[in-house]
Amino acid sequence: MDLLNINNLRIEFPSRHGTVIAVDDVTLTVQPGEVLGVVGESGAGKSTIGNAVIGLLEPPGEMTGGHVLLKSEQIDTLSPEAKRKIRGRRIGMIFQDPLTSLDPLQTIEQQLVETIDLHLKLGEKKSQERAVDLLRQVGIPDPENRIKNYPHQFSGGMRQRVVIALALCAEPEVIIADEPTTALDVSIQAQILELMRRLCKDKKVGMLIITHDMGVIADITDRVAVMYHGKLVEEGTTAKILGNPDHPYTQSLISAVPRPDVRLKRFPMVNYIEAESERPKNIDLSTHWLGRHRDFEAVDGPLLSLKNLVMTFVTRPAFLKRNRVSFNAVDDVSFDIAEGEVFGLVGESGSGKSTVARMICSLYKPAAGEVNFAGTDLTKIKSETERDYFRRQMQMIFQDPFSSLNGRMRVMDIIAEPIRFHKLATSNREVEQIVNDLLDHVGLGARASVRFPHEFSGGQRQRISIARALATRPRFLICDEPTSALDVSIQAQILNLLKDLQEELGLTMLFISHDLPVIRQMCDRVGVMKQGKLVEVSATEDLFERPTAAYTRELLDLMPRLDQLSHEGLEVVER
Amino acid sequence: MISFIFKRLLQSIVVMLAVALIAFSMFRFIGDPINNMVGQDTTQEEREALAERLGLNDPFFVQFGRFALHAAEGDFGISYKYREPVSTLIKARLSATLELSFVAAVLTLVVGIPLGVYTALKGKGLISKGIMTLSLVGVSLPTFLIGILLILLFGVILRWLPTFGRGDVVAIGWWTTGFLTASGIKSLILPSITLALFQMTLIMRLVRAEMLEVLRTDFIKFARARGLPDRSVHFKHALKNTLVPVITVTGLQLGALIAFAIITESVFQWPGMGLLFIQAVSDVDIPIMAAYLVLIAFFFVVINMIVDILYFTVDPRLRADSAA
Repeated sequence: MDLLNINNLRIEFPSRHGTVIAVDDVTLTVQPGEVLGVVGESGAGKSTIGNAVIGLLEPPGEMTGGHVLLKSEQIDTLSPEAKRKIRGRRIGMIFQDPLTSLDPLQTIEQQLVETIDLHLKLGEKKSQERAVDLLRQVGIPDPENRIKNYPHQFSGGMRQRVVIALALCAEPEVIIADEPTTALDVSIQAQILELMRRLCKDKKVGMLIITHDMGVIADITDRVAVMYHGKLVEEGTTAKILGNPDHPYTQSLISAVPRPDVRLKRFPMVNYIEAESERPKNIDLSTHWLGRHRDFEAVDGPLLSLKNLVMTFVTRPAFLKRNRVSFNAVDDVSFDIAEGEVFGLVGESGSGKSTVARMICSLYKPAAGEVNFAGTDLTKIKSETERDYFRRQMQMIFQDPFSSLNGRMRVMDIIAEPIRFHKLATSNREVEQIVNDLLDHVGLGARASVRFPHEFSGGQRQRISIARALATRPRFLICDEPTSALDVSIQAQILNLLKDLQEELGLTMLFISHDLPVIRQMCDRVGVMKQGKLVEVSATEDLFERPTAAYTRELLDLMPRLDQLSHEGLEVVER
Repeated sequence: MISFIFKRLLQSIVVMLAVALIAFSMFRFIGDPINNMVGQDTTQEEREALAERLGLNDPFFVQFGRFALHAAEGDFGISYKYREPVSTLIKARLSATLELSFVAAVLTLVVGIPLGVYTALKGKGLISKGIMTLSLVGVSLPTFLIGILLILLFGVILRWLPTFGRGDVVAIGWWTTGFLTASGIKSLILPSITLALFQMTLIMRLVRAEMLEVLRTDFIKFARARGLPDRSVHFKHALKNTLVPVITVTGLQLGALIAFAIITESVFQWPGMGLLFIQAVSDVDIPIMAAYLVLIAFFFVVINMIVDILYFTVDPRLRADSAA
């Protein structure tokens, strides 16, 4: 007997502009003790399936076809009250962001006891005991004392354990995990996935895991269902889907996954989704504004050289200096980047990567150390004119494509602003021509210039950010996690674009990422950061093949194994 | 926590000193204090003697210091008009204003919060649409108009409730209360509703907006996904999370209730501080104006202190910062 059946599920969202079919004729089954992965990109309808199974479809969404059966009992037609009784009791749910999944004003004990007592009717005392026991099962040290804490007193990974404990409160038969590790660091992700897999096998729980991350799929699932635009395009064992996919969409998706094992020249076949990913009209860089005037003064030695950089943040201010508590977000970091090189900076969240980037472009003033750019120590510059001269040569691309563009400005003005500020063009007509060419060059097309940022998808916005960064004709580009908010196929397109631009314009890049496979695809040399310190710097291929620092080895071990991935049609960079 | 309270206390003292400075400068810059005190036929010698006796020839900061010290002891001098100590005048009227403001504040919270929750949860129902429309009226109609309309309806046409004054009051020490007599309570009804109506709609709309915001958060979704019943989701988890902004606004509005009861007090001839202040303005009775200014600032400072301490009890995240 199947544990969970989803038969011919169809979900529609009526709207003013006609009905959107979010899920179209999807059939899935989950067996006891099995982990089924549902993979697809944002908007594919994955999460909607999870919400429909537990009866929490957000209005105006409604099920217009199909059934959901739990142990052969139809549950989608039950009354709201009966559905509520199934939630938490028989079907548990885990959400993406552990930082927002818990009520911030209640101790985790209050939240656990309320849920346990509701479903199991154990009474206050027994519920407390069970709560402590659950916390121990999910690996929270010292559960007797920690249970009295509030959510904000736990780290992200620990909070996700609390969330899992809450989902396990009443020993549900099915767990639906919606992107359970997306908000976590790799080392925490590995631990949480291991925990979930173990709980699933020990307790014979069926798990539906919804994710966009092929690493998670490879790590934990037994079978995979691939969704595209609300439809199920392919289903099979994990090895089959990863190693030998049939459907062109799956093939495209797999080819876009950054590989930890080899370095590719470009990502092949990634154009399944975004229609505008082709570069319709390339400009001739030898004659165009963007390519001309790249006659920066040549530098002896490295273009950028950091010497013993330190950044200190005060975590507990106090009137007396000796009572202040501070920590070094960046602690004695030195490295060089040569002209034309792509230097990667990798590390977990809080390791100080972004702080280094901000010190380089003078957003933060270092507590000590030097930032030498083209032979000048930027930390010693006093005059604004001189600072602007260097700012023009140095541009930044940020992680979040939604908050890094001013939503009240048209794309034209967003990109034209740096050109006008640095007076890089003589007339308004020239500025507009340059903006249109830039938009063409990053693959958006000049039509985009009259629109506002909210009209674009995440990937398209990141292209706007890239065009804006290019608008000062920089020689040095800082990319701070430029693709970590994007879907995998969009990520591959953006990385391809960055690779092309770097080659065409001979840009020097600092590429910051927490994602080792992405680093391998992009960078010539890599620095590994841990708690503000640089633990290792070496050529990318050496780092992956012969890591020297223990921490680097640890990080490499935590990378999801993607050995099963198909190798068809790849162009590998020879060493 | 203690260091935080200490810091806030220091800030409060600075605020009070600044207000005292403004109040004090009124004496110097609005008219000549001697002229305000003496009759037309006083001789120049007598005037100078009086100025010397009152310390008006001392340097500015000495005078200000004297004023601040006296004010700290509750001594604001003698009213020009009533020829009585200002502190006595204010004491007699303080209880009237505070009782009115207290009833209005309770009314605001007791009516505003539940209506806000109701309209947030049942946003599509006819009743909540009706409430929302009515609340627009509450926000947009000026206080004096509401007061006059209420007087017309309940006082003149229906003749249910008194239209002015406090009714019979009972004195407990220097405090006089209207809570203990039927006529006192009856007299409170119209003015307190008038005073509360605007605040009520404000709190209601605030609670509604905050509640809608909280209901969209992940932890509410997760609470539902754990099968918690609506009652618990709405009141145990959602409502408590809306409280921090509500406390802030309630605190500020409570100060405003006390300070700006002036209009309501004039409409209902309520013998409170507001009425005293309005009369003082028309009579250029500067000691009363100065005292009123300092006293209201004091209320605001105290209420804000209480609000800050309430944050700590409501939101554990703030407690952690000071404990770490």
